[in-house]
Amino acid sequence: MADNIVLEIARYSPESDHEPHFECYEVPVRREWVVLDALNHIKDTVDGSLTYRWSCRMGICGSCGMMVNGEPKLTCATFLSTYARNGSKVRVEPLRYFPIIRDLVTELGGFVSKLKKAKPWLIRDLEQPLSQGEYLQTPEQLDRYKQFSMCINCTLCYAACPVVGLDPIFIGPAAIALAQRYNMDSRDQGSAERTAVLAHPDGVWGCTFVGECTRVCPKHVDPAGAIQQYKIAAVLDWLKSFVTPRGRDVSNQAAND
Amino acid sequence: MSATRQQTIRPAPAYTEFHPRWYRPRVSVYWWLGEWHYLKFILRELSSVFVAWFVVETLLLIKALRGGPEAYAHFLQIMQNPAMIALNIISLFFIVFHTITWFNLAPSATPVRMGGKRLPDVMISAPAYVAWAVVSAFICWMVLR
Amino acid sequence: MRTCPTLRCSHRPCGRGESVESSSHDVLLVGGGGAGLRAAIAAAEVNPKLNIAVVSKVYPMRSHTVSAEGGAAGVAKPDDSLDEHAYDTISGGDWLSDQDAVEEFVREAPLELLQLEHWGCPWNREPDGHIAVRAFGGMKKKRTWFAADKTGFHMLHTLFQTTLKYQPISRYDEWFVTRLLVEDGRIRGVVAIELMSGKIQAIFAKSVILCTGGCGRVFPFTTNANIKNGDGMALAFRAGAPLKDTEFVQYHPTGLPFTGILITEAARAEGGYMLNKDGYRYLQDYNLGKPEPKPVLRSMELGPRDRLSQAFVHEERKGRTVPTPYGPVVHLDLRHLGEKLINAKLPFVRELCQKYQNIDPVRELIPVRPVVHYMMGGVGTDIHGATPLQGLFAAGEVACVSINGANRLGSNSLAECLVFGARAGRAAAEYASRQPAANGAALAQAADEERRLKTEFLDKTGGRERIATIRTEMQASIENSAGIYREQASLAEGLHKMLELQERFKDINLDDRSHTFNTELESALELGFMLDVAQSIVTSALHRTESRGAHQRTDFPMRNDERFLAHSLVYRNFDGSGRVEYSPVKITRWPPAERVYGQQAQEPQQQAAKRVS
Repeated sequence: MADNIVLEIARYSPESDHEPHFECYEVPVRREWVVLDALNHIKDTVDGSLTYRWSCRMGICGSCGMMVNGEPKLTCATFLSTYARNGSKVRVEPLRYFPIIRDLVTELGGFVSKLKKAKPWLIRDLEQPLSQGEYLQTPEQLDRYKQFSMCINCTLCYAACPVVGLDPIFIGPAAIALAQRYNMDSRDQGSAERTAVLAHPDGVWGCTFVGECTRVCPKHVDPAGAIQQYKIAAVLDWLKSFVTPRGRDVSNQAAND
Repeated sequence: MSATRQQTIRPAPAYTEFHPRWYRPRVSVYWWLGEWHYLKFILRELSSVFVAWFVVETLLLIKALRGGPEAYAHFLQIMQNPAMIALNIISLFFIVFHTITWFNLAPSATPVRMGGKRLPDVMISAPAYVAWAVVSAFICWMVLR
Repeated sequence: MRTCPTLRCSHRPCGRGESVESSSHDVLLVGGGGAGLRAAIAAAEVNPKLNIAVVSKVYPMRSHTVSAEGGAAGVAKPDDSLDEHAYDTISGGDWLSDQDAVEEFVREAPLELLQLEHWGCPWNREPDGHIAVRAFGGMKKKRTWFAADKTGFHMLHTLFQTTLKYQPISRYDEWFVTRLLVEDGRIRGVVAIELMSGKIQAIFAKSVILCTGGCGRVFPFTTNANIKNGDGMALAFRAGAPLKDTEFVQYHPTGLPFTGILITEAARAEGGYMLNKDGYRYLQDYNLGKPEPKPVLRSMELGPRDRLSQAFVHEERKGRTVPTPYGPVVHLDLRHLGEKLINAKLPFVRELCQKYQNIDPVRELIPVRPVVHYMMGGVGTDIHGATPLQGLFAAGEVACVSINGANRLGSNSLAECLVFGARAGRAAAEYASRQPAANGAALAQAADEERRLKTEFLDKTGGRERIATIRTEMQASIENSAGIYREQASLAEGLHKMLELQERFKDINLDDRSHTFNTELESALELGFMLDVAQSIVTSALHRTESRGAHQRTDFPMRNDERFLAHSLVYRNFDGSGRVEYSPVKITRWPPAERVYGQQAQEPQQQAAKRVS
């Protein structure tokens, strides 16, 4: 393994730059070091103005997503040694398809408002009082939506999805997967409300099943699967709406069975 | 050796009001050439054109059959044109590509649950492949015997 | 007055020819983690007309609550009782817990966890659909609710997603609070920097709730994320509120070396063994019971955390730990549990070991060492989350109520965030409802703060110290002086070092002079906060001449209930140093007894029960 590796990092400061440019830094390679450790080393000892987000260092907070050699990755989970073995440089850029605030920091306000659009909270016609205890949910019912509840909001899927890049209003994979997580939760009764928002050209129908979101997801949420399942459910809902009385949410009952 | 930027300390600029100058990279019209995965996706989508072509071809075949022996012979003549053969070979490749990608993706859109657990994807795509192989074998036998 | 397009800010002249932007709310949360979000919801439910805002230096779903793994405790099964949960908590806390607070806590914990379930939290279930609970270290009965091994993650995301449906709650995402505004002995609000633009703004509020979490980053080996710098503790300290019991720092006995990533207690609860370099289950040498093949509650590997960490130090001194490039370690052995159980109950543990240390626990031993995990101490509050400073509240790890006493039991802190977050939220909402509108009296203080940030950091030239250097020295010094074992000489030296570092901090130089997302400025301010908190830790440890729970003095090895059945309160002197006072612990029904484990654990509780009845 090489002793040192060169990191080529995108830098951008709106007060002095018109557009991002690259700067190179050489860092030592340690077996346990990930790309984030290299960034910290540079910030601590070489150039304190290098700007990026990070927090937990264990792949659960979702802060440290960046493009590493053109691939969206969590930098706390990407070993330097992988690149050192090939003798290549490591190119670090901010996540694609987001506005860049500074260096490796992207603007996330748009993403959070997209999450909110999907109504990601438990919707019930009637709240059961606490004195009656918990809503019963068997392990099998939990298993139906558990995968979609694992999203850490790292936005790697948004950086991978070309539709997000081409149509900034597209609500995006994580938001739809989150909506589907609630739709499939046996305690929820709000799928009609969510589908009213999401069965829309900028909602689920914007997705063309490229599948990149699922490929890059570090938590194996499979947002592409969630979106296609949502599409099928939305179509079935639409067909059923011709047959069933107005206002009855039939689709969720089928999911609950 | 590492490169550092020489920073001149400017007089502190007034902070940019409310929304500093975010850089919005433009997505190129050739975005799909930048990555192999994107290219694969576009080819997959394009394969539908060749599926459509094959449907049209089949309809023309049926029309030719209805038209009688001369119409059919004329049709066969066109089909033997080298350009047509090339087109059909390319179409065959794309239709196979289309089918394989479709069968591989279908399970994530239609999860099947049995006995409290989700069935592995291969158990949904495998029967499709098997059925495809059986039907193809049958049609080959019908045509070649 | 000019109003900005975002509709809630306005420029007001402060009478000195300058203007600082300001906005105003009824209840302001500093910190958007488990406690902060729960408090926001509680305040919104008390009075939907209140204007509530959450200021957080990171987006709320990045808060450190997200990394908690094991579970949250709440009495759930018929064979369990509130008294037993209370007793476990009080005895685990070595009798430093305020028993009235503990009684409220154990009563409300199951209700809060149930409320979270109603909001959609995916708790693990029994086959019949009821909530499943599991064993946890220090708890004699199974009462820990869990969501796979990502409990904190699911709790935080459920809370965050739930806050999205409350209209009165607005958020200042990625705003860094630098100072509390106090006038006439009352809280008036905060001064904060909008990281994205560098704009410094006064956010007025009738009440402020600090929910900024702990201060693990003061230490070199910690499970805590980069954002845990004791911000709220220092803010309160500088504003005049005392810090309570800061000498009690909890080490988690099993963290990965180098990264400090926590290997959850649940790995031991499911049956893992801790082995020294000879493959021997060394805990049996330290009064923690006999080694059994299956885990026994409150015995051996499921004993309280402080005893396990101390056992490590003893093993290290005896030379029975395994040397590695990142320091001495012992091994956690999960191999005998089998792949199926590990994948079902501990999938995250397996994932962490493979991804960050390249080790597969199914086949290999995991290297572990004690790492700082939790701060029992913090901003002193009463049982409603109120600090002595009017209008200032605190909840979660930043606060010290105290229910955790001298040592926290695993799975109590997530429940604490919910219970005291809700209580502080309600108390703050009621307080705010009684206050007149904010009058911007502290605007001049805000202008002062803006000036201070410019002169001391952004515009300063010629500084010679780097942030990382001072930070590393602080961490090394505090681990040495106020680590697992403490004594007079090293504590005094540590205090001296902290004062030296605070002087050197004034000489800091920033590379980054930009206003846009200046994380170096943020790190500098965080370092300032950490130095204040570090000083408080060492000061209070120096003054407590006894050993209790997580605070172990080799020169005073016994517990001293006559003098020290009391909380230490560190107040800030005018010159920045700390002054220590004591306030007695509230004892209601459980008189102090000896902390015992293994077979002896049964007896004291029976005796206590006899005394009560």
